[in-house]
Amino acid sequence: MSYIIPRFRHPCTAPNGIGYTRKDYEGALSTLCAGCGHDSISAAIVQACYEMSVEPHLVAKLSGIGCSSKTPAYFLRQSHGFNSVHGRMPSVATGANLANRDLIYLGVSGDGDTASIGLGQFAHVMRRNLNMLYIIENNGCYGLTKGQDSATADVGSKTKSGQANMFSPVDPAGLALNIGATFVARSFSGDKAQLVPLIKAGLHHPGFALIDVISPCVTFNNIPASTKSYAYTREHMSAADVVDFVPAAAKYGADGAIDVKMPDGATVKLRRLPDHHDPRDRAAAADAVMTTRERGEVLTGLIYIDTDHPSLHEMLDTTETPLRALGEKELCPGAKALEAINRNAR
Amino acid sequence: MKPLESVNEFVVRFANVNGTGSASANLLFAKSVFRMGIPICAKNIFPSNIQGLPTWYEVRVSEKGYIGARGDGVDLMVSVNAQSLAEDVACVVPGGYFVYDDIKPLPAELARDDITVLGLPLTEICNREYKEPRLRQLFKNVIYVGALAALVDIDFEVLKKLVADQFEEKKKLIAPNVHALELGYNYARKHFPCPLGLRLKACDKTGDSILLDGNTALGLGAVYGGATVVGWYPITPSTSVIDTFRNYAAATRQDPETGKNNFAVVQAEDELAAIGIVIGAAWNGARSFTATSGPGVSLMSEFLGLAYFAEIPAVLYNVQRCGPSTGMPTRTQQGDVLLCAYASHGDTKHVLLFPSTPKEAFDFAADAFDLADRLQTPVMVLSDLDLGMNDNMSPPLVWNDNRKYDRGKVLTAEDLENMKEKFGRYLDVDGDGIGWRTYPGTHPTKGAYFTRGTSHDAYAAYTENSDIYLESMRRLEKKWQTARTLVPAPETERKGKGRKRGALYYGTTMHAAREALDRLAEEGTELDAMRIRAFPFSKEVEDFIAAHDEIFVIEQNRDAQMRSLLINEFDVNPDRLVRILYYGGKPITAHDIHEKIVRHLKDGARSQNVA
Ligand SMILES: Cc1ncc(C[n+]2csc(CCOP(=O)(O)OP(=O)(O)O)c2C)c(N)n1
Ligand code: SF4
Ligand SMILES: [Mg+2]
Repeated sequence: MSYIIPRFRHPCTAPNGIGYTRKDYEGALSTLCAGCGHDSISAAIVQACYEMSVEPHLVAKLSGIGCSSKTPAYFLRQSHGFNSVHGRMPSVATGANLANRDLIYLGVSGDGDTASIGLGQFAHVMRRNLNMLYIIENNGCYGLTKGQDSATADVGSKTKSGQANMFSPVDPAGLALNIGATFVARSFSGDKAQLVPLIKAGLHHPGFALIDVISPCVTFNNIPASTKSYAYTREHMSAADVVDFVPAAAKYGADGAIDVKMPDGATVKLRRLPDHHDPRDRAAAADAVMTTRERGEVLTGLIYIDTDHPSLHEMLDTTETPLRALGEKELCPGAKALEAINRNAR
Repeated sequence: MKPLESVNEFVVRFANVNGTGSASANLLFAKSVFRMGIPICAKNIFPSNIQGLPTWYEVRVSEKGYIGARGDGVDLMVSVNAQSLAEDVACVVPGGYFVYDDIKPLPAELARDDITVLGLPLTEICNREYKEPRLRQLFKNVIYVGALAALVDIDFEVLKKLVADQFEEKKKLIAPNVHALELGYNYARKHFPCPLGLRLKACDKTGDSILLDGNTALGLGAVYGGATVVGWYPITPSTSVIDTFRNYAAATRQDPETGKNNFAVVQAEDELAAIGIVIGAAWNGARSFTATSGPGVSLMSEFLGLAYFAEIPAVLYNVQRCGPSTGMPTRTQQGDVLLCAYASHGDTKHVLLFPSTPKEAFDFAADAFDLADRLQTPVMVLSDLDLGMNDNMSPPLVWNDNRKYDRGKVLTAEDLENMKEKFGRYLDVDGDGIGWRTYPGTHPTKGAYFTRGTSHDAYAAYTENSDIYLESMRRLEKKWQTARTLVPAPETERKGKGRKRGALYYGTTMHAAREALDRLAEEGTELDAMRIRAFPFSKEVEDFIAAHDEIFVIEQNRDAQMRSLLINEFDVNPDRLVRILYYGGKPITAHDIHEKIVRHLKDGARSQNVA
């Protein structure tokens, strides 16, 4: 156990725009190993939500099974959480979102949860452009079952057992681009400066937002020969775009950045690095993911964004009122209508 | 052999080729009998194929009201499929009639001198009358219905009215269809001694009954019951439940101002996702359901266990088909009773409802939501292909406009605000084993909790403490006892004084069982009978078993699954529960049940495997 609660307790205890302090965004004591990347991601979620003045009870946290999937208990205490079954968080999130479109849906998953047992659900939730933020806490191994290779492990990458992985890896970001995700980002649990604005942008994105976060497992997969270790990731990170998240009300000057407007008025500012792609171009984004991978680098940052694509609710043309709020009056056709049905059945 | 004579009591079977449009013509026949006031039972026996394989449609006509399958052969066969000629000739009872398309004469080796064979030149009439092959195919079916009208004395006006109703939206088609009926009718009148010994006579035995398939009833029940979120994956024979829901919701559930949908249907990538969607939606406060069949339930099992342990309402309609594995996907069985009762690992058990008629399917489809919300657990309605895909005669569907949905124990923001004690999601404050829940987003600072399939205490916090675990498992058992008092009670179907023998049955076995028990009674063997309508079993079921020395448990599966469930739940001596089973994939018949009970009674000894 890490007892890392103090880490969440920032010196700044000032209330945010809606009068909550950072502490109001924290959760139960983490039971993960000290130094686990997943805890840093929880801290980044706390910071992002605090800074964005999110109302905690309007967030629904969902996860599958794994060390990573335990973490929703460790942030946003005032939010309802649902720790479901291994690999199936996407379907639970889909149902939850259909029931009430007014909440913010935050899904947390592991690489085993997403890329192995849950690969099918992961693919299909992206196809449907469900309005949610989906964070993969990607450590290239199965933490909770003690270090087995996961499907995101790179060829040749070694876990603590010394065994090198031989199988071609699933790249969640590459797959997401291919299958139609409308917000694709990658980050590193050790780079809060990049991760926090990405989380903010992902929470605002009006569709499916994926952040694949490299999140080293210090207990089973943090040796230098692992491509998901702290050391390797630090050395091989290549940032696609430096992201800055500007809420609707804030003012900012023109500085040569690409500004992506969100439907709610917020802006994601992307400061382009010299030889990088335009993140609104899916093909270029896919190309960038591939070429950096071939160079042995990990492309991080906001890789792709499209805020115009209709979300699942829009495609299904559902009522603006949350479906769960409808009652007999809206839902039940009544006895009279049944008479017509009986008549036709005679 | 004297040709059969009967008014309003006989069985007609149509032998067709799948995919040739015979279904609507056959339904025309069935409905016209029904509209003459005569009870019918119509069964579709169809292959797992889209086009080309043999398919049968059997209509039992019974003024006495026996609307289960009779069994024991066919009285009048209408053969429009050369592929199945041999078996179709063979199944006609001595004295019966065989009408066939005499494009070729009946092969000599099939000839029978104990039946009346009538050659109807269907192909010839069609070829003469219609140029287009498509029309020939289409009207061939209508022509034999016309001929049948003459042969068994269907009121031709009733037929014409039915055609007019059927094509209300495409009036152009009425005249050509009536013409085709006349072609067959006139031919039969001219060439055969009409009517035959088997004939119809209008009566008034259908009352206000309707003819409806159980899947339509389930789909409508879900709309009436207030379902808003549906996750599903296509599988025979459940698919039309979703079609009905979607179509009827689209027709009745549009927001009057915006035209937007007050429902959402998602075709999932598999059944794992389908039930995940249901559970996610129900957790978040929407009424939600899926419809599936055996293979789907197998896949959903892990999630069902989560919903049981985390106490989330979920509604599942299982239209059972013939297993194991892919089995016979277009044949019927009651083979998922144990699978559904105990779906998922660990000590898990689920509420099951067993409808016998379309009306009951409609009622249970809607009631399932109230029960699931009240009990905070999955509720499964176990229909089957026989009920689901056949037009079953049924009392009409009714709805009470004063009915309010029972959303169960849900705390509002106000409730939370006024609460003195600390909110505990799994606290048994009322002593019925059911805690109070909150929907996500209800209150800014109160009522949030963490839903999990891992062991948890009354406040939903993770625990590996044995005592707390035991406490929550015992509370779930207490909730199960509460469920016993809330589920639909069994129906006492027959009751006499001091009878020592009884029969138990459920679902689609009802009609055939009732008839078999009538026959036994006529022969002097009086049995009490009870129809089980739900699991967990109510006290009445326990009392019924206690009150009889020998109980026939009649069902449609090999392993006597309901019997196992009864033994398991009540600690009864298995010797007292006699298996009466049929599981060949066609609907169980009265003949079969009667014969097996008689055999058991005659053998005296424990011929336990009467299968
Ligand atoms: C159906 C099922 N199979 C297997 C398991 C065992 N299991 C629990 S967590 C896990 C792997 C988790 O790996 P990952 O998603 O990468 O999460 P991490 O622990 O690495 O954060 C497995 C295989 C399970 N809970 N359920
Ligand atoms: S095993 Fe690995 S992933 Fe799990 S808590 Fe420990 S460090 Fe984190
Ligand atoms: Mg992992």
